[in-house]
Amino acid sequence: MAAATPLKAKDFVSDQDVRWCPGCGDYSILKNVQRVMPDLGVPKENIVFISGIGCSSRFPLYMDTFGFHTIHGRAPAFATGIKAARPELSVWVVTGDGDGLSIGGNHLMHVLRRNIDVQILLFNNRVYGLTKGQYSPTSKIGMNSKSTPQGSIDHPVDPVSFALGAGATFVARSIDVDAPHLQKMLKRAADHKGTAIIEILQNCPVYNDDIWVEVQDRKSRGEAALVLEDGEPLVWGAHGQRRGIAINDGVPSIIALGDEDDPVSKGVAIHDESHESASYAFALATLERPDFPLPIGVFRSVEKPTYEAMLQDQVDSAVEQRGDGDLESLLHSGDTWTVES
Amino acid sequence: MSQTKKPVEEIDRVAIRFAGDSGDGMQLTGTKFTEATALAGNDLSTFPDFPAEIRAPAGSLAGVSGFQVHFASEDIRTPADAPDILMAMNPAALRANLGDLRPGGMAIVNTDAFSTKNVSQAGYTEDPLPALRDNYRLVEIPLTSLNREALASLKLGARETDRSKNFFALGLMYWLYNRPMESTERWLEGKFKGAVLEANLRVLKAGHAYGETTELFPVSFVVPKAKIEPGTYRNITGNTALAWGIIAAGQLLGQPIFLGAYPITPASDVLHELARYRHFGIKTFQAEDEIAAACSAIGASFAGHLGICTTSGPGFILKQEAIGLAVMTELPVVIVNIQRAGPSTGMPTKTEQADLLAAYYGRNSDSPVPILAPATPGDCFYTMIEAFEIAVKYMTPVVVLSDGYLANSSEPWMIPEVATLPRTNVDYRTDPDGFQPYQRDADTLARPWAVPGTPGLEHRLTGIESEDVTGNVSYLSDNHQKMVNLRAEKIARIAADLPPVEINGAERGEVLVVGWGGTCGAITAAVNEARADGQDVSSIHLRHLNPFQSDLADALSRFNQVLVAELNHGQLWRLLRAEFLVPAESLAKVEGLPFKIAEIRSRIDQMLAGS
Ligand code: SF4
Repeated sequence: MAAATPLKAKDFVSDQDVRWCPGCGDYSILKNVQRVMPDLGVPKENIVFISGIGCSSRFPLYMDTFGFHTIHGRAPAFATGIKAARPELSVWVVTGDGDGLSIGGNHLMHVLRRNIDVQILLFNNRVYGLTKGQYSPTSKIGMNSKSTPQGSIDHPVDPVSFALGAGATFVARSIDVDAPHLQKMLKRAADHKGTAIIEILQNCPVYNDDIWVEVQDRKSRGEAALVLEDGEPLVWGAHGQRRGIAINDGVPSIIALGDEDDPVSKGVAIHDESHESASYAFALATLERPDFPLPIGVFRSVEKPTYEAMLQDQVDSAVEQRGDGDLESLLHSGDTWTVES
Repeated sequence: MSQTKKPVEEIDRVAIRFAGDSGDGMQLTGTKFTEATALAGNDLSTFPDFPAEIRAPAGSLAGVSGFQVHFASEDIRTPADAPDILMAMNPAALRANLGDLRPGGMAIVNTDAFSTKNVSQAGYTEDPLPALRDNYRLVEIPLTSLNREALASLKLGARETDRSKNFFALGLMYWLYNRPMESTERWLEGKFKGAVLEANLRVLKAGHAYGETTELFPVSFVVPKAKIEPGTYRNITGNTALAWGIIAAGQLLGQPIFLGAYPITPASDVLHELARYRHFGIKTFQAEDEIAAACSAIGASFAGHLGICTTSGPGFILKQEAIGLAVMTELPVVIVNIQRAGPSTGMPTKTEQADLLAAYYGRNSDSPVPILAPATPGDCFYTMIEAFEIAVKYMTPVVVLSDGYLANSSEPWMIPEVATLPRTNVDYRTDPDGFQPYQRDADTLARPWAVPGTPGLEHRLTGIESEDVTGNVSYLSDNHQKMVNLRAEKIARIAADLPPVEINGAERGEVLVVGWGGTCGAITAAVNEARADGQDVSSIHLRHLNPFQSDLADALSRFNQVLVAELNHGQLWRLLRAEFLVPAESLAKVEGLPFKIAEIRSRIDQMLAGS
């Protein structure tokens, strides 16, 4: 069903009023997603957005595609059923740090390890927004929230490390307000065969304002963010402040670079998304502010067979070997006997 | 049938219980005996009863596994209250089962297993056998040594040798009841090879020959064929029938099945069975947990497949939030709860019917779902077809309540003609013109099933209350009232499709026994026996628990006394009293075991005596 006129971003805007707080990072993410949709080459009716519960999970309601706003934390399980049943659909999961990593941590782990070909957008604002401001599993230790008046005593989980640990085949990080980068990551995720997860750093101006400001603000981004480019050395910083990341025995360290220095000869690592060992990406995932720059981009991208393709193969090969199932012969299989009249 | 030189006595029914350690292969022995009995043309009913532990300590009471098979030349409906024959492979098996044996019944014991150690491990302070002779016909057989003798020339290890002794016992029972052994021999040939096959075949025959030669059995018995309706039959357990009903539903509705399941006793067999039939286009998915199993099935339904999940009590409760979402978004999905004794982990291998109110009321808020319950093992097949028909016609989740007894017990089942099974067209919405996600069918109130991939039907579903017709999020109070009413009304309208209530016995009278689900055999047998004795009692067995059949109120009102018999603490009883204001009484049994006919009869007697 190739549409006669190419689709535009506005074709993906639903007729529902968007109800996020003014200034919420979700607006920018929504816009960027709507912008890349026409470029995917997928008929609109084959696109499905699935979500759980939370501010981010309202997302499907605003997309003029098929959408299913489900229950808290379970979006990956719904997406699994949809994709396993109908592999031809383009399935997107929208979740947050609470929905995806707290109540839904189990499902997130399993969708990643099964490598079901869905795209997961995890909006990380490090707080519960919809329930009005409790700390989340990604909140920093010591965070003062309504439920932690004396400061959070939970050690946070890092979404990228979590995904890598679950065996994810595509893991990326981007920023709500960095349109070009976010769009690039969305397209990369869509192109990836297998589960693709993008942690999107998202600002919640109401309950956790400016938690990512260093990397959101263009002025500080060059200093605070390490933009990952496949095949390029891990280098960041403005002129006069260039530095690089070396990784020895899985431990990252900072190497100061002169503007004219060749980073590689100085020991700076070259980014390799498809490194055979996930421990390289793990090492990158340990880079945190303020000691290190925060990596942005694709941490890991490797190929593995997808669950739904292998499931379909089993169905197809069963049909090939045994023919289409026949109810009559099933019911009569094994020992039967006939009572004559 | 093999020839015997001893006299053969004809009897019309007998119930045998095989009992031993869980490692003794009693379930297998019982199953093979059942298959041979089915092929011999008897009506039959079985009741496997086994421990939840995979291997409890050998010789312990906790590890006793039993399999009862009741077969007859007449119509029977239950595995029988009391076995006539107990085959006890060790003292623990004797102790755990002797209480059930009919007074004067035959106890066949493996005397080799009655060492002082085993006897005391079973909790006996002295050898129990001498005392048995007064009340029972005790047959003492050194089974282990006879079995070893039969295999002496084969170079098998002691373990392998002893492991085959259940087939020696089986051969002996085949002789005693003149059963054909060919089906078991064929099965062995397909299952084993080499020395193990040879050993099993040899001891099967040796057991049979032992029956013929020993003086312990002066006669053998024959149970003539039952006069049953002409047709082609097979033996079937409830779980197999249930799995095949799911396959059939996929064929009859012409849509692929997606099963999301998480392993749980006693439902896992259905997952195992369906996983073998991918060539029917079935996709089975072993999910990471019960919740994901339900969510994946609902996801598949959203995508246009026939989504189903199979589980048992604890798993059913975990699925409730997801079922609520399917109620809210009006998606067709079938949830099978093969109930077991609870609460909590309870007794996983024991039966119970105590999740009825959970199915009715166990979700947050007013969240009505249709509820069906199969009445017999074979009925599980038809119930699944009906469940899917209702789900897609009314666009609703449907709950099916089977139970542990139905799941594992078996009966001869007349194989239906596939051509006579109901075929249903699934109507996906395809026309984008005027499409609204919650535009309802005037008769059924079902909303359209509009699946991804259909151009122009892009829409969003949500668990947030939605506006009627448009499906847009709505927090308006009037709309919520309307939607709650509509959801209730839609389920109530299913009653229009249900057949009238069937009364077993007279249409009116003194006592009416009402039951549901897997107790059908025991209740019907009890009522039929009572009626044969001239008692004024009838019964109704409900397969439809929500909605009830529309003439149920009228049927209840035609009896002076109503008794609700169920394996829980009075759940249907409460519903019937609340719904119909009948002063019904409750016969509530929660022992993890099915009803005995006598238990129901004695309550009927009491009610009639008080009238
Ligand atoms: S609470 Fe925070 S995350 Fe939620 S909509 Fe408002 S700004 Fe966005």
